[in-house]
This record gives sequence, structure tokens and C-alpha cells, in this order.
Amino acid sequence: MYACIKNNPVFFCFIMLKYHHKIYESEVFDLQSTDIHSFKGGIHPPYNKERTQNVAAKVAQEPNVVTIPMSLHIGAPCKPVVKKGDSVFLGQKIGEATGFVSAPIHASVSGTVKAVAQYPHPNGNNVMSVVIESDGKNTVDPEIKPYGDFNNYSSKEIIDIIKNAGIVGMGGATFPTHVKLSIPPDKKVDCVILNGAECEPYLTADYHLMKLRPEKVVQGLRIAMRAVGVQKGFIGIEDNKPDAIEKIQSAILPDEAIEVVILKTKYPQGAEKQLIMAVTGREVPSGGLPADAGAVVMNVGTAAQVATTFETGMPLYKRFLTCTGDAVKDACTMEVKVGVPLQEVIDQCGGFANDPGKIIMGGPMMGVAQFSTNVPVMKGTSGILCLTKASAEIPEPSACIRCGHCANVCPIHLQPLYMAAYAQHQRWEKCEEFHILDCIECGSCAFSCPAKRTLVSSIRVGKRQVQALRKQRAVKNK
Amino acid sequence: MTNSNEPMLTVSSSPHIRCKQTTSSIMQNVVIALLPALFVAGYVFGIKALLIVAICVASCVLSEALIEKLMKKPITISDWSAVVTGVLLGFNMPVNAPWWMCIVGSVFAIGIVKQCFGGLGHNFINPALAARAFLLASWPTHMTGTAFIPTADTYTTATPLGLLKEGGNLSAMPSNMDLFLGLNGVYGSIGEISALALIIGGVYLIVRGVISWRIPTVYLATVAVLSVCFGKDPIFMLCSGGLMLGAFFMATDYVSSPSTPKGQIIYAFGCGLMTMIIRMVGGYPEGVSYSILLMNVAAPLIERFTKPRIYGAPIKEKKAKKIQEGGASND
Repeated sequence: MYACIKNNPVFFCFIMLKYHHKIYESEVFDLQSTDIHSFKGGIHPPYNKERTQNVAAKVAQEPNVVTIPMSLHIGAPCKPVVKKGDSVFLGQKIGEATGFVSAPIHASVSGTVKAVAQYPHPNGNNVMSVVIESDGKNTVDPEIKPYGDFNNYSSKEIIDIIKNAGIVGMGGATFPTHVKLSIPPDKKVDCVILNGAECEPYLTADYHLMKLRPEKVVQGLRIAMRAVGVQKGFIGIEDNKPDAIEKIQSAILPDEAIEVVILKTKYPQGAEKQLIMAVTGREVPSGGLPADAGAVVMNVGTAAQVATTFETGMPLYKRFLTCTGDAVKDACTMEVKVGVPLQEVIDQCGGFANDPGKIIMGGPMMGVAQFSTNVPVMKGTSGILCLTKASAEIPEPSACIRCGHCANVCPIHLQPLYMAAYAQHQRWEKCEEFHILDCIECGSCAFSCPAKRTLVSSIRVGKRQVQALRKQRAVKNK
Repeated sequence: MTNSNEPMLTVSSSPHIRCKQTTSSIMQNVVIALLPALFVAGYVFGIKALLIVAICVASCVLSEALIEKLMKKPITISDWSAVVTGVLLGFNMPVNAPWWMCIVGSVFAIGIVKQCFGGLGHNFINPALAARAFLLASWPTHMTGTAFIPTADTYTTATPLGLLKEGGNLSAMPSNMDLFLGLNGVYGSIGEISALALIIGGVYLIVRGVISWRIPTVYLATVAVLSVCFGKDPIFMLCSGGLMLGAFFMATDYVSSPSTPKGQIIYAFGCGLMTMIIRMVGGYPEGVSYSILLMNVAAPLIERFTKPRIYGAPIKEKKAKKIQEGGASND
């Protein structure tokens, strides 16, 4: 026994040396010091990307009917400009933008308008939508013409073209791209960063896009750089996608000021603020915009769409998305038109392998759970994740043990344990004091909570109340 | 739009995936980490020590279940936290402690310190340590001196720190190696005799990500540096008494220690400082438990003043404020 204990430390050190990578890179903990192209905090969830990474991306079957909601972006919803019985071309404008932060919507098939009415929207409400029955011909709107070389256009003209093509952030946030590229004159921006991190588990839509169309991604970045008027461009890609990195690198001309930044694989590496930190080492000030840190961030999918629009004149009407999860038979990534019901996409993946318990639009960390599979694919739908009843089970929350894991993993260095507790006790001023509005809702805290507390939903409630509080204050001060 | 064939879907807030770690897996890891020290205790003290630990664990778990039942709260003994409290309390008992004292201590730890303040996550001090302090104050003769001697033929009469403080037969002082391994003699409470076994457990917890390295490292480093300052042998100071048990298992209790990195460093430094002050100039030979209890009480305050700087906060907020204030006073 004596000898055994005496030898123990040696044995222990041996085990540690052999397995320390595994232990350090365990789900929650990131004990390795921050290297240059990363950020402090974050988590290592199981990525589950292999299933769709090695399956060739395909083009989805032509839909018979598409339901296109007039709200496919953040901002004011569109006003439908077609009515029942109209015949429309592919790419024809069917929804007019109603404000600056808004983007027009175009038909994704040619055919006849069947209805202009309220239909279920992935956000859970009924939203004014245009239903088009396809004639199967996909006749392109005769007004659509290629724009040609982007160098012939001024910054303002480029932004107008992007606006008219209805291009919005395709990473999921769907913020209108023309607003992003219109930098206020008082801000100094020196680079455009493309987000190819795709840090959400399960999703491989951006990966397949970068592999299939690297030249489009790079071309889109060039156009965005001209629109913003900067000389420097970056493309950030996580190091778990070496073939995408290689493809993109070979698409960049040798004398160009475009650089591929290889990022550490970690969630949420693709969050705007964390990406800016990883690429430039700068912080976006609290409450500020990326432009305040001198950067504009775009998703690689958005960039590819910008390039496509200049090449063909076509607006945004289709996108890559990953349909996966343990409830789906043949998971894969495919190019789907906007307005196709989720059920149709799932059916093309062989349907359900098991009874689904949860259907998520987007990734498992930030995606939105759906109440029905009859809602349409949107401009920002990067994935359809179908979980079985067992994987979808919500664990019972228990008391907070103040382990501090949530604060350790928070990429904004907040203290979710306090924010959530104060929100649950309706102490909104305290929530504000703990900077609740800086939360990016990435879900790292709730993921890593051993007590399985509902941190993110409590914080969301708190955020809304604090925003309401601030509005009240602003009214009072006036 | 809806048809009857559509599946019933769960709709909940993101994130939709959770990590595998749970409260009970954390507590189980702590129990695993305490096993090496338990083995040493069994080897040195025999079955009696194991029995005491078993009584403590059983009475902690029972009183938790009973109190929660009486208060009509959900019974949470499956989270293993009462087991951890029981093992730690058992480790803090001398081997000659009577069985009823174990039960009284356990009921105090769970009933008063933990459940009276709201159960798991709400106790403001470490329940096992509070119970130890309570027992020490109530039955000092059972908790000190001869209570540590398992059989009549053992030659030591006091713990090494007791010897150091009260003088006496200094030739009975164990060597540092004996203190480190804890296999050759009886130098204290059940769980604190082998520094090596406790270090193995502590390193296991750090590697598994259960505790951070900060509290134990800073605590031990502070004691080592201060003992050099006091002109004592740092190795002796580190390996004797309940320091290793305290630094790795008691001071790191999540609930009663700060969760911020800076706060943990300040807290651990405070623990080390108090320990050395009590050991060197205080009335007791050993100060680990009281120093941790004192710092437990200070933890919320420390935490409040060590909020981490958030991403995007103005970097020189304080400096800017100072400059502003300075400018104002100059006017």
C-alpha cells in the first residue's frame, strides 16, 4: 500500500500528460490561455458536424408552392406589391421595403399568386405572406440584368444594388446588409471581416458554401470593401474546416489585401464582437456598433450573395442550409429557395428517422424552436435541426451552487448567475447594474450550468424590462 | 394549416443543448477526490475512522431528507451535496470522537447552517467547517488532545501544531516526510493526516475543472511565504494541521467563496493570512477552520468589489473618473 501511494504521483502525472488535451478541451472548460485569434471565455460543445460535412451539398427539389412572409429580416416588415391572381417572374419584387432598416423581398419561383394573407411565421406569430404557386418554368424577370464589373460603380451605387437585391445578413440575424455597409461619416472603418467561423454545432451550410464557391465569397468581400471604402479584408474561419480554409486561400489573388484568419474552434467564435476581437484585437464598446471598433462584419453567405447579384443581377431568393439532427434520416446541406416549408426540406432528407421532439430553425445554441414544420425557410435560415424526444428533453433546473462556470465561459465577461437571479426577482435596476443589455444571448452560460438553470430566458426577460425602464427614463427626462 | 398528423413539438428558449456536467456529478467528483485521504485514514486509524465518516455521511443525508420532508420541499439528497458535507465533517473529527457527537455535528451542519438559510446554494459559510467550530466550542475535550490518539500505545500526545504552540516533548515532532505522507503516525483529525493524499485529490478536482487552481494555490503560497517570514519551516507549515484539506476542499466550496477570479485570489490570500496569524499569535494551535469561516463571511463583499471588466467597457473608467474628480477639486 505504501509503495502504491508513493508511486501514485508519477502515475498521475503520466495520465495527465497523456490526456491533458482531452481534459482541457472538455465541454465547458477552456483553460488554455487566449491565443491571438480567439477570445476569452466560450465553450466546446459537441460539434456534431461530421454527419453533414462529408455529404456533398445538393440542390433541393423545385417547390410547387412557396409561402414568402413579408418579414424576412430585422426591421420594418415589407408591404406586399402583388395581389391574388397576379402572375410573377422569378426574382420579381413582391414586397417593398417600408423603412431604412428593411429590405425588399422577391419571388423565389415564377407562377401565380395564390393568396396574400396571414400565415404562420417562424417567430411564432402570423405574418402577412405571399403564397405563389410555381409554374415550374422559373422564368426570370426580364428586367433583371447582370451588373458586371463592380469597379464601375461608386460606393453609393453598390449599396443601392445590394439594397434592391434584398440582401440581408445570412448568418441568421438577417440585418439588412445595405444598412451595415452605410457607415456614418463620423465613424472610421478600416476593414471588412467575413464571418466563416460557423461556430454553431451541427451546421455546415457556410462550410459547404466556402468549399463550393470560394471565388464568390472572395469576390463579395471585394465588393463590400469597395462599398465601405477600405483596403483591408479578412475572412475568419475556424480551424476545424481546413479544406474550406484552403479553398478560400486559393481564391485570393497573391497581391490582394485579403487575409484568411484561422480561428480557434470554440463557441461563440462567430459572434460579431468575438470575431472582431479575434481578428483585430479590438473591442466593440459597450452599447456600440462594430463600426465603433473600425470593422464591418458580414457572413460568408451574404458576401457570396452580393457577388452573385453583381454577376447575374438576381436578388436573394435561395440559400444553403443544413438539415440535420438525430431525428432526421439522411442529414445533408442543400440549397433551398426562400418560402419552402420546413417539412418539404425534411422530407427531402428522407423524413424523420424517429419521432421528432423539437424542430429548431438555426443551430442548437441560438436557434429558435418551432411549433410547426409548416413554416417557411427564410433568408436567415442556416439550418433545420430536428431533435428526438430524448435529446429535446428539458432538464429540471436545481438551485444555483454559485460555481461560477457561467461567468467563466461568458464571452462578454458578464456574471449570468446574478443577472438571471435578479431578473427572476424582478429587480431590474440591479440587472442594469450588471450590464444585462450587453448580453449577446449566445447561450454559453446556460449550456455550461451544472444546475441546468434557465439563465438565458431569465436574462432575456430582464433585458426587455431594462429596455422598457430606459425608455421610461428617457420620456421623463424630456 | 395545422393537421392532426403533425408531431407535438417542444418549444423552449435557446440554447437547446446542455453540457453533461450536473450538480451531482460535481459532488461525486469531490467525493472521489476525497477517497485517497479516506484510504490513508483507514490505513492509519483503522475501521474506527471509517465508521466515524460513515456515521457523519449517513446522518447528514438523513437530516437533509428529514428536514426537507418536514418543510415540504423537494428532497434533494440525490445531488450528493449532503454526502460531501458528511465526508468533510467526518474528516474534521478526531478518531476518538463519540458517535453522538458526529450526529450532533451533522444535524447542526445540515439543519442550521444549510437548511435554515435556504438549502444548497444559500449557506453563507461552509456547513462542515461551521459544525466543526460548533463542536470544538461545545465539547473542547472531545475535539482536542487525547482525542486524536487511536490506541493507548501511541506515543504522541498532541498534534504537531499543538506541540509547536504549547511546547512539550519536541522530540516527538514528526519529520516533514512523515507529515507529507501521513502513514507513520497520528498527527491530527481523520482526514487531514496525509498531505499527499489530499494533494492528489485536489489536483484531480483542478484537472476535472471542478475547482479553479486559484484558491488552493494562493492559499498555500501565502502560508508558505508567511511561514518563512515568521522564521518557520514552510514545508512543516504546509503539511501539518488541516491546511491541505482546507485549501483544496473547504476554502474552494463554491457557495461560500467568491466566484470571480480576482475575488478568489483576494479570498485565498485572506485565508492564508488569517491561518498564519492564528497559528503564530492566536490562542489556538490551528487556524485553518476559523480563517476559512471568517473569509466565507467576507466573500460576498469581496465578490462585489471584484466584478470582472466586461467586454467593451471603457478601459480606463476609474482613471477617467479620477481625472474628472481631480479636475473638479482643482476648480
